[in-house]
Amino acid sequence: MATTAEGFDAHHDEHAHDHADHKPGFFARWFMSTNHKDIGTLYLIFAIIAGVIGGGISGLMRWELAEPGLQIMGQIVEFLGGEGTFDQQGHMWNVLITAHGLIMVFFMVMPAMIGGFGNWFVPLMIGAPDMAFPRMNNISFWLTVAGFLSLMFSAFVPGGVGLGAGTGWTVYAPLSTTGSVGPAVDFAIFSLHLAGAGSILGATNFITTIFNMRAPGMTLHKMPLFVWSVLVTAFLLLLALPVLAAAITMLLTDRNFGTTFFDPAGGGDPVLYQHLFWFFGHPEVYIMILPGFGMISQIVATFSKKPVFGYLGMAYAMVAIGVVGFIVWAHHMYTVGLDVNTKMYFTAATMVIAVPTGIKIFSWIATMWGGSIEFKSPMVWAMGFIFLFTVGGVTGVVLANGGIDDNLHDTYYVVAHFHYVLSLGAVTSMFAGWYYWFPKMFGRMHSEFLSHLQFWIFFIGVNMVFFPMHFLGLQGMARRYPDYTPAFEQWNHVASLGYVITLISVAVFFINIIYAFVAGKKAAPNYWGEGATTLEWSLSSPPPFHQFETLPVIEDHHSADDHISPAPAKA
Amino acid sequence: MSAATLDHRNRRTMLIAFGIALAMLGLGYAAVPLYDLFCRVTGFGGTTQVATEAEADLAERLAASAGGRSFSIRFDANTATDMPWTFRPVQVTDTVSIGQRDMATYTARNNSSVPVTGTATFNVEPEQAGRYFNKIQCFCFTEQTLQPGQEVRMPVLYYVDPAVLDDPNMEGVEQITLSYTFHRAKPE
Repeated sequence: MATTAEGFDAHHDEHAHDHADHKPGFFARWFMSTNHKDIGTLYLIFAIIAGVIGGGISGLMRWELAEPGLQIMGQIVEFLGGEGTFDQQGHMWNVLITAHGLIMVFFMVMPAMIGGFGNWFVPLMIGAPDMAFPRMNNISFWLTVAGFLSLMFSAFVPGGVGLGAGTGWTVYAPLSTTGSVGPAVDFAIFSLHLAGAGSILGATNFITTIFNMRAPGMTLHKMPLFVWSVLVTAFLLLLALPVLAAAITMLLTDRNFGTTFFDPAGGGDPVLYQHLFWFFGHPEVYIMILPGFGMISQIVATFSKKPVFGYLGMAYAMVAIGVVGFIVWAHHMYTVGLDVNTKMYFTAATMVIAVPTGIKIFSWIATMWGGSIEFKSPMVWAMGFIFLFTVGGVTGVVLANGGIDDNLHDTYYVVAHFHYVLSLGAVTSMFAGWYYWFPKMFGRMHSEFLSHLQFWIFFIGVNMVFFPMHFLGLQGMARRYPDYTPAFEQWNHVASLGYVITLISVAVFFINIIYAFVAGKKAAPNYWGEGATTLEWSLSSPPPFHQFETLPVIEDHHSADDHISPAPAKA
Repeated sequence: MSAATLDHRNRRTMLIAFGIALAMLGLGYAAVPLYDLFCRVTGFGGTTQVATEAEADLAERLAASAGGRSFSIRFDANTATDMPWTFRPVQVTDTVSIGQRDMATYTARNNSSVPVTGTATFNVEPEQAGRYFNKIQCFCFTEQTLQPGQEVRMPVLYYVDPAVLDDPNMEGVEQITLSYTFHRAKPE
């Protein structure tokens, strides 16, 4: 920043005379927070806790699947006070897969990506003092927490055969309506209402912030790509989540008030629920990955010490992915009985998405090409992301074919596909962002050695878990069952071992956090050096409690990739 | 830009965003009647069509001039699990010329000791036949009430639209299955 805007009073409320680093007391700061950085931190802590619970549940699932036959479902049911009948064991499995899916989607990836990194870095990167509606930001967070508690509570009330909601994260009717008696599914649906309301408020906040509060001179086409990714994500949330809200509200009234939206006995249609759900559900998968795309763009450019290749193409590729994401939903339901023309359309439309996605992958590679690459840990995670996401993308193109999907629908091939793009893709990008920005957020350097170590253990572990699932799926192993024929034992055993390895990488992650806070060096304002050129690197690490009291100005010589270099000397 | 105008602009952007969210919520609900309409108009998912006597006469004359082939029609009957009726077709298959009106009959018997009102859902397989399968009269158009132990014959008057001959997706289709499922009618 060569100059700053004059005459802007960032704090026109009661804090007008406070010093930039004056912080409220503990309770007011963390429970009534209106500071975007504190709320971002809260979201990150929440996402880590939810991730540990959701990851723990997948541990139970891999334990159960390590051998054919039923292993531990009976003990879990009995531990929760059930009789442990065969049906109850099956129901417990359904409860676990439901909880795992909902927690990871709504309470781990979304809070971390959008609530955590989005809240922390969108205002910093656009040169804004805070979000547009700080108090609404606080409401968004606590609504998400309340939603999580509602989902946790549902596990302890009756949901049909046993305790808990055993409907899958898709909550398909009629299993979720007439098939699940008892309040558990109501609580699970209510949890989605709360989390959805929180996300819609958050999306509104991001849209308003990004449209109205960019620093002087920062046009839309000079915004960092991470901000672009959050903007597109916010629009997807705003357009998709209300449709989910409508669908699950119809489920609630079908369950409790005698309506028949999805009940053929009253003229309804259960397939309509699937259409509504996936009209939300497909954009939802882009909601989970787009902020990751944004972070990877920042990281690859930083450590290649080059501007990102094809900035406008990268930005509008995300817009294109967002738009096309709304017209491909039925590829999740090829087997409900679509005629061949409908399948043909959805196959073609789905494959079109590979074009903007390919633009992004190749642009990241082109950014690295000829760059002065430094293999710091965020860069290693980012390159891991590009590889793993591409593997998931390739199986996605396979599954996009309506004819092939008839064979692979609801097999482990699908499980492998969406875990490669989410569990390996989105989560890897989150770790990349974590190590990129951790010292910026908390002022202490993490251990680069431990970050690299975690990456390699994680990379080996998750590939061992999910790559064999391609083989299992192609051989016809069906999803959603706690048991399988002994023919599938070997690869399942490998996958369960992979889980243990992944678990070790998570331990390294926590050790690294402890190391940083106990022994980590103090972080400099710009600890990554010359490649880091967006506005957050112009601030101290951690940034002051209130930043940009005088707004930074983006000058004519600044491009989309560089917002902080001083003006070149006049010749 | 002063703080007051920024607040004003923020508020306006927020209201527009909330408006978009509300509109999508409304569209979610609007999907219910729209989906129903879409299925009835296009025959999507094997939804059969409803025709008047006049339309049936026209179809019959068209078919006569075209000299079309015939279809084998299979009749299928199901009841929901909580439905105490025996419900079956009188004839399992029938052969009908295109455009020709045909009457099929089902029988239903209430096995319980209380009157039961049922409503039938229906479709045809293969699904692309839905838009050509026209019903002139059907027991499925209205709710049916059976007294305890009562057995009734339920007729369906239908024809296959001659336009089926022009649809490449119907090439090679020789049999159409007409399927009904009786559910307990929901009290209004």
